[in-house]
Amino acid sequence: MTLPKDKTEYRGVWVFLEARRGRLRDVSRQLLGVARGLAQTRGSDVSGVLPSWNVEPLAREAIEFGADRVYLVEDPRLETYTSRPYAKVMATLIGKHKPEIVLFGASKNGRDLGGRLHAMIETGLAADCVKLEIDADGNLDMIRPSFGEKSLAHILCKQHRQQMASARPNVFPIPPRDPARKGEVVREPVEITDADLDAKVVSFEERRGHKGNPIEDAKILVAGGFGLRDPKNFRLLEDLAKELGGAVAASRKAVDAGWVPKDYQVGQTGRTVRPRVYIAVGISGAVQHLAGMQESEKIVAINLDHNAPMFEICDYGLVGDLFQVVPEMTRQLAERKARRPVPVAAR
Amino acid sequence: MAPGPRSIVCIKQVPKAQELQVDPVTNTLKRVGVPSEINPPDRNALEMALQVKDQFGGEVFVLTMGPPVFTSALEEALAMGCDRAFLLTDRILGGSDTVPTAHSLSETIHKIGGYQLIFCGEETTDASTGHVGPGIAGHLDCAQITYCSEVQFLGNRVRGKRSVEDGFETWECPLPCVITANFLSNRPRPPSLSGKIRVKRGGLITTWSCADVGIDPGKVGIRNSPTIVAKVDTVVLPDRKAKIFRGEPKAAVTALLDAMAADGVLSR
Ligand SMILES: Cc1cc2nc3c(=O)[nH]c(=O)nc-3n(C[C@H](O)[C@H](O)[C@H](O)COP(=O)(O)OP(=O)(O)OC[C@H]3O[C@@H](n4cnc5c(N)ncnc54)[C@H](O)[C@@H]3O)c2cc1C
Ligand SMILES: Nc1ncnc2c1ncn2[C@@H]1O[C@H](COP(=O)(O)O)[C@@H](O)[C@H]1O
Repeated sequence: MTLPKDKTEYRGVWVFLEARRGRLRDVSRQLLGVARGLAQTRGSDVSGVLPSWNVEPLAREAIEFGADRVYLVEDPRLETYTSRPYAKVMATLIGKHKPEIVLFGASKNGRDLGGRLHAMIETGLAADCVKLEIDADGNLDMIRPSFGEKSLAHILCKQHRQQMASARPNVFPIPPRDPARKGEVVREPVEITDADLDAKVVSFEERRGHKGNPIEDAKILVAGGFGLRDPKNFRLLEDLAKELGGAVAASRKAVDAGWVPKDYQVGQTGRTVRPRVYIAVGISGAVQHLAGMQESEKIVAINLDHNAPMFEICDYGLVGDLFQVVPEMTRQLAERKARRPVPVAAR
Repeated sequence: MAPGPRSIVCIKQVPKAQELQVDPVTNTLKRVGVPSEINPPDRNALEMALQVKDQFGGEVFVLTMGPPVFTSALEEALAMGCDRAFLLTDRILGGSDTVPTAHSLSETIHKIGGYQLIFCGEETTDASTGHVGPGIAGHLDCAQITYCSEVQFLGNRVRGKRSVEDGFETWECPLPCVITANFLSNRPRPPSLSGKIRVKRGGLITTWSCADVGIDPGKVGIRNSPTIVAKVDTVVLPDRKAKIFRGEPKAAVTALLDAMAADGVLSR
């Protein structure tokens, strides 16, 4: 194991930069902001590691978002992410440059890579952090929800270097982009041989309707779960959302059933939302779902089962059949709007 | 056609997430007396491996590392249709984080031997890292396909449909290969009656200590885990004091909307 005799040998905050179909993932940009703060406290600097192919503009972009240096590893065999060669690149560069901290996005690829790598280099890796700070002893305090989000655990990796963590997407803000920022792009030759290639990505199928549904921005969300029974029933939620001036979201079970696109998903492995009103329709309220919405200002639960856990955390609960209740809500809201006196100024 | 593969499925027994409550007095999680279950995504992993066996033959072994009470998870997996089970249990394993866990499981898998496919769940509901599966692949230096929702055994290779943020990738890998099963990717079969009878007859579970497997005590346990949990802050959520409405839908909706309007939730 990497038991450092002298921890000061390890310097710098690294960010694994994930290129996805010609773009830097948002979580990589978010991490550059986090890394800047950590590097400032540690009196060190920020490096990005970008393995891919034909992505030099993305290296420049990373500098504009906060990197002081980007290690660019270009090879046509790295164009699409696969575990083994990416892990080799990371392990090689980490061994050569000895960073103190290495950060990954907790995306599918980020976790796939980090999980393999931490076992190879035998150091700690905290998953899915929502806060990253430097503690009084100069260690990285990796803060992550635990036990179904009912608590926050502070994870330390005191005796080993590197200290590695993945960060939950969309928790940290994207830092401002500064086109005038200076930094260096360092091309790192890491030889990728046939022996380093095992997985072949033979095809890619884009998710139906994946177009970016910004549920994080909605003031009112009407979210549907497995109780909806059929994708076409999401129409009922759309109608209600329209009446309220809100948007539609969903539980993972509704998403995994293929009823609605992935970017509707709220929860631990989906998005975190804090709308003014969150209306959970036919969602039982599993901890992984609550993780993404429990900080909503007001929560409304609509469920047939009065024992559904969602009722325990809601402000308003309606025990009833959503197929009757939701259309009725839409109708009554429209009625109320029509009845509402027109403001004097508009008369 | 090549003979079916030997699959090893790694499962963990976890406390039922829904039952975990924060003790209002001590502000810590009450874990004692909480009923446990097979980690839900691990059921999908079991089902995935059993489907490969249904289709191509071969055998499915199930492996867990933990205290002897984890035997009940193994028994359930056997009753679902697994052929043999292995329990790695040893005091010195206590407090292991993902590095020693992946190490110990890899060593045990190595001792079992003869495997082509290793299945894990996407992540556990108690540790929620998803790092053990890829960690095993890293230790064994073999291929990996994470977040898999479908697998196809191709004799000398395996093909997996991998669920990523924006779509589905199809990966093809040589054997052996670690597959992590996406939660909800299939409908895990219930334990069968004949399976339960097989379990009752006994002799299907092998119990090993670290010494039996040849695991270096200097590599496992809390003292050899790089990460520590320094402290845990309880998240105190606002007490929302739910107003609950029920009864005839029309009247219930009116009452709900009136209450929301009165609280100023509908205006603004
Ligand atoms: C590692 C991991 C990560 C996860 N990540 C997420 C995540 O990010 N987001 C997420 O949502 N889940 C996540 N989950 C899944 C989570 O544990 C639950 O399985 C899921 O949230 C359940 O979805 P649901 O409430 O829609 O379905 P169910 O639990 O099946 O609930 C359906 C509800 O609908 C109600 N219902 C049925 N018919 C009607 C009707 N006619 N009228 C009114 N109510 C009705 C039922 O009473 C029930 O309460 C994750 C799980 C794991 C293991
Ligand atoms: N103690 C264990 N015994 C057997 N398998 C485990 C154990 N811990 C984790 N796993 C496997 O690794 C997967 C990911 O676990 P984790 O990294 O803890 O989220 C689980 O779904 C299991 O398949």
